[in-house]
Amino acid sequence: MSKPVKQIHLAAHFPGVNNTTVWSDPAAGSHIQFDSFAHFAKTAERAKFDFVFLAEGLRLREQGGQIYDLDVVGRPDTFTVLAALAAVTERIGLTGTINSTFNEPYEVARQFASLDHLSAGRAAWNVVTSWDAFTGENFRRGGYLAEQDRYDRAETFLRTAWELFDSWDGYRIEADKESGVFLSDPKAGTFEHHDRHFDISGRFNVPTSPQGRPVIFQAGDSDAGREFAAAAADAIFGRHSQLEPGQAFYTDVKRRLPKYGRTPEDLLILPAATFVLGDTDAEAAELAVEVRRAQVSGQTAIKFLEQLWNRDLSAYDPDGPLPEVDPDVSGDSISKGRAADRMYRDRIAVAREYREQAQAKGLSIRELMIERTSRQSFIGSAETIATQIDELVQADAADGYILVPHVTPGGLDAFADRVVPILQERGRYRADYEGTTLREHLGLGAANKTAAPVPAGAVR
Amino acid sequence: MSPDPLLHLAVALDGAGWHPAAWREPDARPAELFTGAYWSDLVAEAEEGLLDFVTIEDSFGIQSTDFNDVDDRVDQVRGRLDAVLTAARTAPATSRIGIVPTVVSTHTEPFHLSKAVATLDYAARGRAGLRIQISAKPHEYALIGRRTTEPVVLADINTDEVQARIAEHFSEAADYVEVVRRLWDSWEDDAEIRDAATGRFVDRAKLHHIDFEGDWFDVRGPSITPRPPQGQPVVTALGHATIPYQLIARAADVGFVTPHDRDGAAAIVAEIRREQEFAGRASQRLHVFGDLVVFLDETTAAAEERRARLDEAAGTPYTSDAHIFAGTASELADLLADWRHAGLTGYRLRPAALPHDLTRITRELVPELQARGLFRTAYQASTLRGHLGLSRPASRYAVAADDDPAPTAVGAGAGASAGHQGS
Repeated sequence: MSKPVKQIHLAAHFPGVNNTTVWSDPAAGSHIQFDSFAHFAKTAERAKFDFVFLAEGLRLREQGGQIYDLDVVGRPDTFTVLAALAAVTERIGLTGTINSTFNEPYEVARQFASLDHLSAGRAAWNVVTSWDAFTGENFRRGGYLAEQDRYDRAETFLRTAWELFDSWDGYRIEADKESGVFLSDPKAGTFEHHDRHFDISGRFNVPTSPQGRPVIFQAGDSDAGREFAAAAADAIFGRHSQLEPGQAFYTDVKRRLPKYGRTPEDLLILPAATFVLGDTDAEAAELAVEVRRAQVSGQTAIKFLEQLWNRDLSAYDPDGPLPEVDPDVSGDSISKGRAADRMYRDRIAVAREYREQAQAKGLSIRELMIERTSRQSFIGSAETIATQIDELVQADAADGYILVPHVTPGGLDAFADRVVPILQERGRYRADYEGTTLREHLGLGAANKTAAPVPAGAVR
Repeated sequence: MSPDPLLHLAVALDGAGWHPAAWREPDARPAELFTGAYWSDLVAEAEEGLLDFVTIEDSFGIQSTDFNDVDDRVDQVRGRLDAVLTAARTAPATSRIGIVPTVVSTHTEPFHLSKAVATLDYAARGRAGLRIQISAKPHEYALIGRRTTEPVVLADINTDEVQARIAEHFSEAADYVEVVRRLWDSWEDDAEIRDAATGRFVDRAKLHHIDFEGDWFDVRGPSITPRPPQGQPVVTALGHATIPYQLIARAADVGFVTPHDRDGAAAIVAEIRREQEFAGRASQRLHVFGDLVVFLDETTAAAEERRARLDEAAGTPYTSDAHIFAGTASELADLLADWRHAGLTGYRLRPAALPHDLTRITRELVPELQARGLFRTAYQASTLRGHLGLSRPASRYAVAADDDPAPTAVGAGAGASAGHQGS
């Protein structure tokens, strides 16, 4: 039985605070000026992408007690950029990461509903949660949230926001000048929500937005994160852009859907992916090596290693062997404000793995870090990349990809001009937008408001 | 401060206009209040009139005729969009006019708002400001749920207990502005160095923790957003009494006040100038704008008739905290030219109906003021600070590093310590 051919989804992540971004490239522009965002979003719209995506950061990263200065530092406010982009684009979806820990549901629901109105139905929310005291030092609430509570709060936050979005269901802005009736009913927007996280009531003051609710993204990879996505998200910002891990993740997440009354079409798997495009495969391969070396300089390699070793390794030669000394497992983390800081559950075991890999291949610190840190997803000519993406999507390793170029803001241009037309010619990618809302681009249909948004207790 | 020969002029945008029945006017666009195009069109119209800036009203609570509670009326505009996002949506569609969204200090995070307004300043290339506003209504507190407040009953307004509560709201707002301003300064202008030779993207010596500690929040900083184009976007606040005047005097670049005649204006300006001196800001430019609700038409009778017609549609005469003017553009120009002698440096006009009264301002009042030599005939600057004659301040931390071991509140005015309202 042959499977139906899948249509590929594409989106783009504005590259920012990460060593993926090669800021020293002569073509690199500002990561802050609005023109950069406008250029990026217009290119993505020209390529008929589903959406542009912005990450969020709420504290500058620090390492060894100092602000980390090797990567791009600083970024603008997510909501504000997306609202301004709504003025310079017409169709492309506008997706932003917004943290549920250092915000209140009423405020965030208001902002997303406003963005959805101001963009005529193009808003999406990547729900993330953070709990660390380091980030909390910038906020009223501080870093009060226990790690085990974070998905509980995220789930409750999202459910509460949905109640607010839905609080205008059945009510309309009549705006009938003749009769003098502006609002269909005085109860529009009435809500009441009481649980251990939120104790709120009143009337939501933003009428139902074009999409009803913004599209919901989830980005975590843990078991709890996957369950959360299966229950509540419209799309997953995945991490696995290679065939086998991609297929494993895809299968795992999609099989979780039926218990929430959902079908595989209700949740898109969209991994983040990088690419290096050349005129020929050989040229791209050569360029890819250069890009990796620019992404992992000697200093960056040492700083990466310090994050695992939890020690000052500045005296070590990046072109030399790994340190003889073992990681420090006793002290406070040398690195703060990175997701990776929380990844190393067993520093000694990971260091052993590093040593074995370095020894087997005779790798220096820098060479090892180039191998260990995120790889390029797609490398080759436009033909090759188009074929790779198509094969992965047809093999159910993903429903599409969120591309992260390594140069800002022009890194998407060549992809739009050279890869997209090939996918269009092959009939695997839209020639033009068929709808006006992001929900339509993603083939999601109207927001399903009849089902309970997230079954209580589904996520722990 | 030497008097500026020219008046400054802003408009306050809110829904379909400030009169509750404005949405029923023939040229009103009430079905579009929740679209980007509606707001872009209004701001572009204000820019056609060379105005200094627009403000965009906001509140967390739904509009109501009852100050302390939510009413059940369906005959007035209800619902609004977030003002910062609305401002951002209009920024790329305009190029000169300042854009000043309302920011509610009581229920939001200064860290978030600081970066939001900085980003608005980037999107608008130096035209952003904010209007700081407190929330004192119990039903608005219930939307957030973190804390509660008692209703403010007008009859008890002068009791010690109510005054103490109001002072607390404004003290929090003063801290809020101080945090926002410190965060704007927390990156020196030249912090981004992109030094390929050393591999450093920023010079971290030019990034500063702000280490604010106060009664309502502690904020470590630095901001995640680099210092905005204006350095310090323009801070504004509306005040009707001494406590808010103190906030204006200490923390704002522009204060909006609501005199009902020239003498009243003079008294308010004198009080604010005294407070400004107490705050140690006497040498800094602080604008005091008179707020007026305006009905503008070809003839005085037509304006009065329109006001009466709107009042009738609303079922009750419209009242306001601000003076309500109904007449011709020429008569309004007379009033503005007269009250400025009380020391007002500009006006924020609240159009009773949109777009009607806005287009009367831009197409009739502005030419009238220009003919009298009282208003600019072209934008002389490209930033909001430039329109207002405010220089671009250096980061307080840069100044501190260069000249002085102790950081000073350059351009901010509010005292460096937290939580002290009284003088």
